[in-house]
Amino acid sequence: MTTETGEILRVSDLRTYFPVRSHGLIRRVIGQVKAVDGVSFWVGSAETLGLVGESGSGKTTVARSVLMLVRPTSGQIVIDGQEITHLSPKALMPMRRKAQMIFQDPYNALNPRHTVGGIIGAPYRIQGIEPPGGVRAAVQALMERVGLNPEHYNRYPNEFSGGQRQRIGIARAVALRPKLIVCDEPVSALDVSIQAQIINLLRDLQQEFGLSYLFVAHDLAVVRQISHRVAVMYLGHLMEMAPRETIYTAPLHPYTHSLLSAVPIPDPKLQKGRSRIMLEGDLPSPIDPPSGCVFRTRCFQAQERCSVEVPPLIELAPGHHVACHFPVATLPAGMWTARAMLEAEPDVPVHRPQPASGQVSSAQLDRLPADGRPDSTRLRPKVRVGRSR
Amino acid sequence: MTTPGRPAEQPFLEIKDLAVAFPTEDGLVRAVEGVSLSIERGRTLAIVGESGSGKSVTAQAIMGLIDRKIATVTGEIWLDGQELIGLPADDLQALRGGKVAMIFQDPMSSLHPFYRVGDQITEAIKAHRSIGAKAARARALEMLRRVGIPAAERRIDDYPHQLSGGMRQRVMIAMALINAPELLIADEPTTALDVTVQAQILELITSLQGEFGITVIMITHDLGIVADVADDVAVMYGGRIVEVAPTGVLYAQPEMPYTLGLLSSIPRVDRELSKRLEPIPGNPPSPIHLPLGCVFQPRCTYWDRVAGGACLSVRPDLLATGAGHLVRCHLPAEERRQISQGVLNVVAGGS
Repeated sequence: MTTETGEILRVSDLRTYFPVRSHGLIRRVIGQVKAVDGVSFWVGSAETLGLVGESGSGKTTVARSVLMLVRPTSGQIVIDGQEITHLSPKALMPMRRKAQMIFQDPYNALNPRHTVGGIIGAPYRIQGIEPPGGVRAAVQALMERVGLNPEHYNRYPNEFSGGQRQRIGIARAVALRPKLIVCDEPVSALDVSIQAQIINLLRDLQQEFGLSYLFVAHDLAVVRQISHRVAVMYLGHLMEMAPRETIYTAPLHPYTHSLLSAVPIPDPKLQKGRSRIMLEGDLPSPIDPPSGCVFRTRCFQAQERCSVEVPPLIELAPGHHVACHFPVATLPAGMWTARAMLEAEPDVPVHRPQPASGQVSSAQLDRLPADGRPDSTRLRPKVRVGRSR
Repeated sequence: MTTPGRPAEQPFLEIKDLAVAFPTEDGLVRAVEGVSLSIERGRTLAIVGESGSGKSVTAQAIMGLIDRKIATVTGEIWLDGQELIGLPADDLQALRGGKVAMIFQDPMSSLHPFYRVGDQITEAIKAHRSIGAKAARARALEMLRRVGIPAAERRIDDYPHQLSGGMRQRVMIAMALINAPELLIADEPTTALDVTVQAQILELITSLQGEFGITVIMITHDLGIVADVADDVAVMYGGRIVEVAPTGVLYAQPEMPYTLGLLSSIPRVDRELSKRLEPIPGNPPSPIHLPLGCVFQPRCTYWDRVAGGACLSVRPDLLATGAGHLVRCHLPAEERRQISQGVLNVVAGGS
């Protein structure tokens, strides 16, 4: 499972539960929200792992648990060779030089009463580090690097636009030259014309400083743009994890297929002629998740076995991990897949995708139990194909 | 359906030279200026733009939701032969939720948390016609079923917090459609929802539109949603419409550099991955200190190609460039098309 470049972060069997308490004086614990329930993954050096999922999937809780901003219930988190879940808040301090965070909302993540210089320089003060040339010079160099005017050192956050504020948050995160940055929806609060600026900045900084990112987002197109590998979460569990283009062109988990098919494509010809997998209903409650596979209540592949047995995350092809009893390699004819989209003949020339490493061959699928083979006749009943227009 | 005094061939909704300005301590905020639009009955118009572009203010002006005590609204809004600007409050009240209905972005803050959803829908019915409590409830239940609420007979007595985000938006849609509106304005109806739920809601809106023949204005920032639902698109920037076109034309032959910039800066799942996104440089203009010339000029890559620096000093007009295709740009049409095809070919080709 290790990458050739080495690991910066390894998370093993992470569980983060939140207690649910009764109303009234005593407030007994009457249940648990299993926000993250047994998640394992790693992030390599100078690599970006995209973590996608819908709201309630637990992706933000993973992000916060990794930096011990919430205490995990169980599991191991190893950052740059050091296990951190048993460390006291004080003992965690040196770890925070290695791992930083960028937050979703650039309006709430910056103290409005501190100057930009104070905000970006805070990591030096807190860690007791004197950068060569002094804090002010270091901060101004950072400001310049992320595309801010260094002369605005003494301004306050409210004088900046959303995109500029996110640049402030990024400068603060890279100040200590960490090895890992956890990005929690860093562009979802920004306008589309600004999103691209920030994505490019994050990629440039990664190359320059050799940063690793755990990039948490709900937008599949954004995650594709920045990630080397992608992990898909649903209701506290990892459903699928694979190299980027494998996820987008050859996914195996029914949930990944559904997610991709729900993304509206900004091309009216393709979008209006497209058939989609319509997931029925909503996310089940994480207080009382379904037995067996958590996705089975909305899954078009679901069988009896799915309600009994939790599917483990298995490596079906090199680097391609799937947690499903009945993975789907090909959808019935007419169903949308990213690959079909790429192979469709558009008006403008399109380059063909490179064969992604770690694609699953049919031989590898044959190693699955006989009843685990994708079967298009089984697919049809629950899938609504086509639009009603 | 037209009233006397207006020729029958007038479009169902026509906006002429709409301007909305809010005086503030920092200066006059020109939220919307010179917006002109028309929509034929039964069609879907998408208004696309970023935050601060004026798209929501335009919608609120149509709904008569802008407080005339704090803002100035000028121009004309003709709905089915009736002028809406300056309409007395009572007439507007009768129109809202009746002939014209609106769905908002956040269903949690648009539904009253203390009332059962069924009661909120029946209240909407009773506001527009005299109807018995039983009949109103039956009508509400029927509409909840129609918008796909499972076990609607139980859900009708739920409070909003007991419903998921997608279910709440379905309740909002039921409430909006309960009085059979002719015009539905949906202001970012799926922005707060997950992508799989968004797909459900968009399909619901398009299928209901087909069934009831409603005219829809869809306000969104998402070009994927526009491609999904719209017949025509109006692109807004800096309080203005900068380009209008049939949806297919807008994506294949955009002519305004801003539209082109938007289309080439979004990451996509349907194409070969581009190594680098091409962002639009800079930031949107302040609605208080708008540029003197073209509002997009400070971020435009091509303004120096226009002779005499007109982009710096002269506001361009929204002019026809093709069938149903209007552009607000000083560049010559031929040059705009060349630029556009060049950029789109590069974007489609990946890295």
